[in-house]
Amino acid sequence: MFTAENTTAWLTNFAGKIEANAAYLSDLDTPIGDADHGNNMARGVTAVTEALGKLSDPDLVTVLKTTAMALISKVGGASGPLYGTAFLEMAKAAKDANDTATLLDAALAGIEKRGGATTGDKTMVDVWVPLVADVKAGSLTKDQIKAAVEATKDIEAKKGRASYLGERSVGHIDPGSQSSGYLFEALIETEGIL
Amino acid sequence: MKKIINDPHDVVPEMVDGLVRSYPSILEQVPDTLAMVRADKDSMKGKVGIVSGGGSGHEPTHAGFVGKGMLSGAVAGQVFTSPTPDQIYAAIKAVDQGKGVFLVVKNYSGDVMNFDMAKDMAEMDDIEVRRIVVDDDIAVKDSLYTQGRRGVAGTIFMHKVLGAAAQEGASLDDLEKLANAVLPNIKTIAVALSAATVPEAGKPGFELAEDEIEFGVGIHSEPGYRREKLRPSKELVEELLGKLDDEMHLDPNKQYAMLVNGMGATPLMEQYIFAHDTLDQLKAKNITPAFTKVGNYMTSIDMAGISLTLFELADPAWLKALNYPVETVAW
Repeated sequence: MFTAENTTAWLTNFAGKIEANAAYLSDLDTPIGDADHGNNMARGVTAVTEALGKLSDPDLVTVLKTTAMALISKVGGASGPLYGTAFLEMAKAAKDANDTATLLDAALAGIEKRGGATTGDKTMVDVWVPLVADVKAGSLTKDQIKAAVEATKDIEAKKGRASYLGERSVGHIDPGSQSSGYLFEALIETEGIL
Repeated sequence: MKKIINDPHDVVPEMVDGLVRSYPSILEQVPDTLAMVRADKDSMKGKVGIVSGGGSGHEPTHAGFVGKGMLSGAVAGQVFTSPTPDQIYAAIKAVDQGKGVFLVVKNYSGDVMNFDMAKDMAEMDDIEVRRIVVDDDIAVKDSLYTQGRRGVAGTIFMHKVLGAAAQEGASLDDLEKLANAVLPNIKTIAVALSAATVPEAGKPGFELAEDEIEFGVGIHSEPGYRREKLRPSKELVEELLGKLDDEMHLDPNKQYAMLVNGMGATPLMEQYIFAHDTLDQLKAKNITPAFTKVGNYMTSIDMAGISLTLFELADPAWLKALNYPVETVAW
């Protein structure tokens, strides 16, 4: 179940992981993208923690909406609209629900709608689809997250900049999938959500 | 990395500030954004606004084409990163005159998503918005199963034709039709001698040996279709013009515009030599372009290389539009 408190803790944890791994994310983005995923995400999560820090006693919808707006206005590239839409859709769903499955389903539907990607396109959707299913089954583990992220290595990209490379995109982890992996790791580490 | 900058994080805001303050009679910055609009507000009255934008690092694109007769506004993203929806929306709002706003977007997943979100935001405020997604780079295969072709240097021809039409009072519907008619007639292909270095990354996007070139490279160091040893200018033209010919089926009975575009670190001297070879080889096909342009228009920071764009002028009005007078920093 999501609450304003554990969601703030989740996002703060996520921000820490992104900041610590920004260089790694940009390195992943170098062979198959434009080497800026880490910088862009770091700029975004810094804005998220700043914006959340300014809220006093917010409700869940406000936490999610504030996160969405910070990401939308600070990240840029493809990741900004994708992560931003995910949190915006969670905020909308949080008006009537707070259970983990409903909100994560809403986030995933938002990502799919905004980016037009489906499973097998080598995008963050390839991580979100299996991991949201694991969350619902009550069986999400760090090993599964790692496996889902690693599995993007073998896929040929069909969306985004990596798709220009065609089969040369095989052998590289999708950077957006790795940053999504950190989001799910933070979900496991935050008490009370799963 | 050897660059005349301050903090790499400040590259874009400092560049925008320097540009706007150097050309105050042409450009104005929308407060608290990296969006720039025409200083000459009278020139926009009663007209549809045209807004373009994208990542920075392609100067003079995009803001260099803002001014009477061309763009109404341009939005600068971070280096090689699409601007965000709130910034694009700020530009839309600043140029809207109640006649709607037309967006020129280059075909990259990030740009398309951010501009679409801005379009949604504007429509919530009752500003009618349409858009064209430019995809002139023939180096990339066009397929349902990829992102499709990228938008590159040919985009400036789209800016020019739409800008002239909007200045002459074209409606949003007219502009959408015009943009869709123009789009399939603009084709571009590039060759790179070296990669661009993004200031925050500090190292080149890819490595080419001293004697190596790569055909088909994009404007953000996206890899091309073939790497080989450097050859004389006329052989590079043969390769690139050959690709354009395969795609466009060049015809001496048709009219064309030509753009030889420097990618940032290639001297004009070399661009003129490349133009000389291109014009010679076109002449051998009995083609003399009706409009020509040579220079740095859609750069890729400090990448060395050239792109060649041909624009088939299927409608004589398009040639008039290319020659239409403008007051911009860079056209």
